[in-house]
Amino acid sequence: MREIIITVVTISSISGVLAFLLSIANKTIANYGEKTVTINEEKDYIVEGGETLLSALIEENIFIPSACGGKGSCGYCKVKVLEGGGQFLPTEKGYVTEYEREQGIRLSCQCKVKEDMKIEIPEELFNVEQYESRVAKLENLTDKIKLVRLEFEEGKEMEYKPGQYIQILTPIYKESFEEIYRAYSITTPPSSKNAIELFIGYAGGICTTYVHDYLKAGDHLTIVGPFGDFQYRDNDMEMILVAIGTGMAPIMSILRYMAEEGIDRKATFYFGARTREDQYMIEELRELEEKLPRFKLKMCLSRPTKQCKWTGEVGRVTDLLKKFEENGENKEAYLCGSPPMIDAVIPILKDKGYKEENILYDKFE
Amino acid sequence: MTLNPFVIFFAAIFTNNMILSNFLGMCSFIAVSNEIKTSFSLGEAVTFVLGFTSIINYLVYHKILVPLNLEYLRYIVFIIVIASFVQLVEMIIDRYFQTLYYALGVFLPLITVNCAILGVSLFMIIRDYSLVQSVAFSIGSGLGWTLAIVAMADIRQKIKNNPLPKGLEGPGITLIITGIMALAFIGFSGIVQIQ
Repeated sequence: MREIIITVVTISSISGVLAFLLSIANKTIANYGEKTVTINEEKDYIVEGGETLLSALIEENIFIPSACGGKGSCGYCKVKVLEGGGQFLPTEKGYVTEYEREQGIRLSCQCKVKEDMKIEIPEELFNVEQYESRVAKLENLTDKIKLVRLEFEEGKEMEYKPGQYIQILTPIYKESFEEIYRAYSITTPPSSKNAIELFIGYAGGICTTYVHDYLKAGDHLTIVGPFGDFQYRDNDMEMILVAIGTGMAPIMSILRYMAEEGIDRKATFYFGARTREDQYMIEELRELEEKLPRFKLKMCLSRPTKQCKWTGEVGRVTDLLKKFEENGENKEAYLCGSPPMIDAVIPILKDKGYKEENILYDKFE
Repeated sequence: MTLNPFVIFFAAIFTNNMILSNFLGMCSFIAVSNEIKTSFSLGEAVTFVLGFTSIINYLVYHKILVPLNLEYLRYIVFIIVIASFVQLVEMIIDRYFQTLYYALGVFLPLITVNCAILGVSLFMIIRDYSLVQSVAFSIGSGLGWTLAIVAMADIRQKIKNNPLPKGLEGPGITLIITGIMALAFIGFSGIVQIQ
């Protein structure tokens, strides 16, 4: 008995003394006091010093995109630091290029607020907020793609542009031990402010597995958004839209927006899939063709089977573009899908005369 | 047997290298050995932490645990001491030694859980070293660890552009190289043995 008591007392006092020392250190050594972060030379925020820039900004309700949650392993949370970021850290090296480094780009999850800082972030990030949502609908579009409808609480509205995306905070569940953010494009038009819809494909990742195998209608999901500069641009140029798989999501938002606003632009949507089972939303796209007089849908299948009874184009979207596109000098292109698809499409469009600044894309990585 | 501290120091580097003969501290060894410069900084940080924690742990063990007959608590106590020490050092150099922080501080959290640190503290107790011997042993182990990781980083930089079977890339080939390095280090083992 005596031994047990001595053991407990010893361990407790050793940990107690160390914890006491550490908390004193935390209050004195690691206490940097309040610091001012000036954003875009106009807004001043008083934050607690010593934190990382990313978490300091989150406390001020400014959400910098971050997929890994501040572990320095995704490289999304870049901000431009004009003054007071301290030295460039070895942990940032893999994510910030030499050129960006000269511009003052830092990873906000690594760079700590130790002095007053001046930083620059895209204006639209002020618009980014965290939303609590309820899964109102969960529907299989194909055997690999689900439609997820998220409704916000009454009165809560999200302002976004067609083409932008949100991030889902995937909670901890059976197959994942950490909370992570994953990005998905919004498919609804901006007029749908109280609810948004997403297309989520099954890819075996942490979030897609969660959505496909664990999420149920009625569940709650935390999301952050909207993000992204892949947005519909308002002009009169002829446009082409190219997507494969779930890449249709932001394009759907753009087309629905155009239909709602009655925008009459010449537009062609090239949509590629593997087989007929992988095509989805075709009925709505056909309806859009009727609503938008100068909009055309062109589809292709890369591996049609006999059961498909496919009489349309066979091949990939790149083959379609080579076949139908010409003279792209005054045209705009919106590309969305996997990185290999986009990397294959861009040179083809450049060959056809598209100007670099008119090729917009969103790589789903 | 009382060994000369210099002998222990030498042996800890070459014949009883933490990585190559005990396979301790492997996780950071494999993860950070891509680049010579970073490996060297990490090695320095390990040596630094080893040197101090072995002294603290030595005192805690002999002044607190032994008199109370609580030797069996050493595992828990050493871990707590190492973790808090690393935390404290990180805070201090983050605040007062900026350049040092950029060179070495960012690696400190990686070291908290490095088993080589706990290993050294345990070995010095098991082998019944005096304080001077413990210091020699811990600094030597740190330098030995640095030597191994820098050598590994150099080898990995040399083979970076060589084609490898897909499954061997990264940690796979590193483990194999470590094994071969360990074989080479057996060559030293005839000089002196400390265990």
